Amino acid sequence: MKPIEDALHALLLAALAGDNAAYSAFLTQASGRLRAYFRRRMSAWPDDVEDLVQETLIALHNQRHTYRPTQPLTAWMHAIARYKMIDSLRARSARESVVAPFDVDDVDETLSAIEPLAGQARRDVGRLLDGLPDRFRLPIQHVKLEGMSIAETAVHTGMSESAVKIGIHRGLKVLAERVRKPS
Amino acid sequence: MKTEALIDLLARGPVAAEPRLPERRVATAALLTLPVVVIAMLVILGLRADLVAAAGLPMFWLKLAFPLSLAAVAYQAVTRLARPADTAAGAWAGVALVVGTIWVLALGSLLAAAPAERATLILGETAWSCVLGVAGLSLPLFAATLWTLRSLAPTRPRLAGAAAGLFSGALAATVYALHCDEMTMGFLAVWYVLGMLVPTAVGALVGPRVLRWT
Repeated sequence: MKPIEDALHALLLAALAGDNAAYSAFLTQASGRLRAYFRRRMSAWPDDVEDLVQETLIALHNQRHTYRPTQPLTAWMHAIARYKMIDSLRARSARESVVAPFDVDDVDETLSAIEPLAGQARRDVGRLLDGLPDRFRLPIQHVKLEGMSIAETAVHTGMSESAVKIGIHRGLKVLAERVRKPS
Repeated sequence: MKTEALIDLLARGPVAAEPRLPERRVATAALLTLPVVVIAMLVILGLRADLVAAAGLPMFWLKLAFPLSLAAVAYQAVTRLARPADTAAGAWAGVALVVGTIWVLALGSLLAAAPAERATLILGETAWSCVLGVAGLSLPLFAATLWTLRSLAPTRPRLAGAAAGLFSGALAATVYALHCDEMTMGFLAVWYVLGMLVPTAVGALVGPRVLRWT
């Protein structure tokens, strides 16, 4: 690692003194190392790797005056890469919690949690469902019992798609609760 | 955009950069804001009435030297923490050394005094206005330093915020010392330190939220 670090260090110092060719070589080598860095850490989102490489290159460029010539170059680069990665993960979780505050997998999990119920007669489910408010009952009835899609149910009931998903999610929780301790 | 194209774009323009830019930006922001703080002190609080006479006493200069040396080490900490992955261990040791020295001196002066006088030596007469004055005067410097840090790249925002708070608090305390007529070590060791601690704590608190950069 040391010779690579030294080579990169020499390139960056030359670049900071105004050498464009050295800067281009520095960015090219840095991008390779950043790609490896993000591939290891973002294996769940491989599509984001190249975006992060580019965002980090831009940050390295914008912040090149914050490199202190005697500090370890790799540590400096990785700290910027990590900052960009956390930013991106934070943005992703914010994005996803706006669209749907829970995972669709969650719904299926809740459903399988009340699997004994599903194994029984559908009529019993119908009776249980009758006790639910419409905003829970309709989504569950259409999606889970009649097999409509979320989008179709949304059109059919006039609810938004996320309201349908939330209705299923919360409704199933209420149902599971009722099955566990019948009043 | 392809990464090669981006690299080409970045490398084509002027690439030279001054390595000591963080130091210059932090210092410039502080120097530009300092007159505001001095004017605020003169207008709101006023110079101490016996300034000329007091200037002949060593304690007067110690009261300036103590916060000023803290400002110097805090400046080190700020400019270090403005750089990704850089640490400020030396600067924090400097802070401990300066504050420790004042505490030892204060303890010595208290032990030398008659027991009945000790409380007065610490409490003085303007304790809370000192804390409030130092913290209040630090505000413009605090805002300017945080603003500058946002143009740099702190990756430890809590520490960087605390360093910015201490830096502005210490400069503000230096200015406040020209108004304050308390002349005991005990007062300096407790109330000046508390006053500087306020922006330091606020900086640690708001750092992670405020110190975002691109």
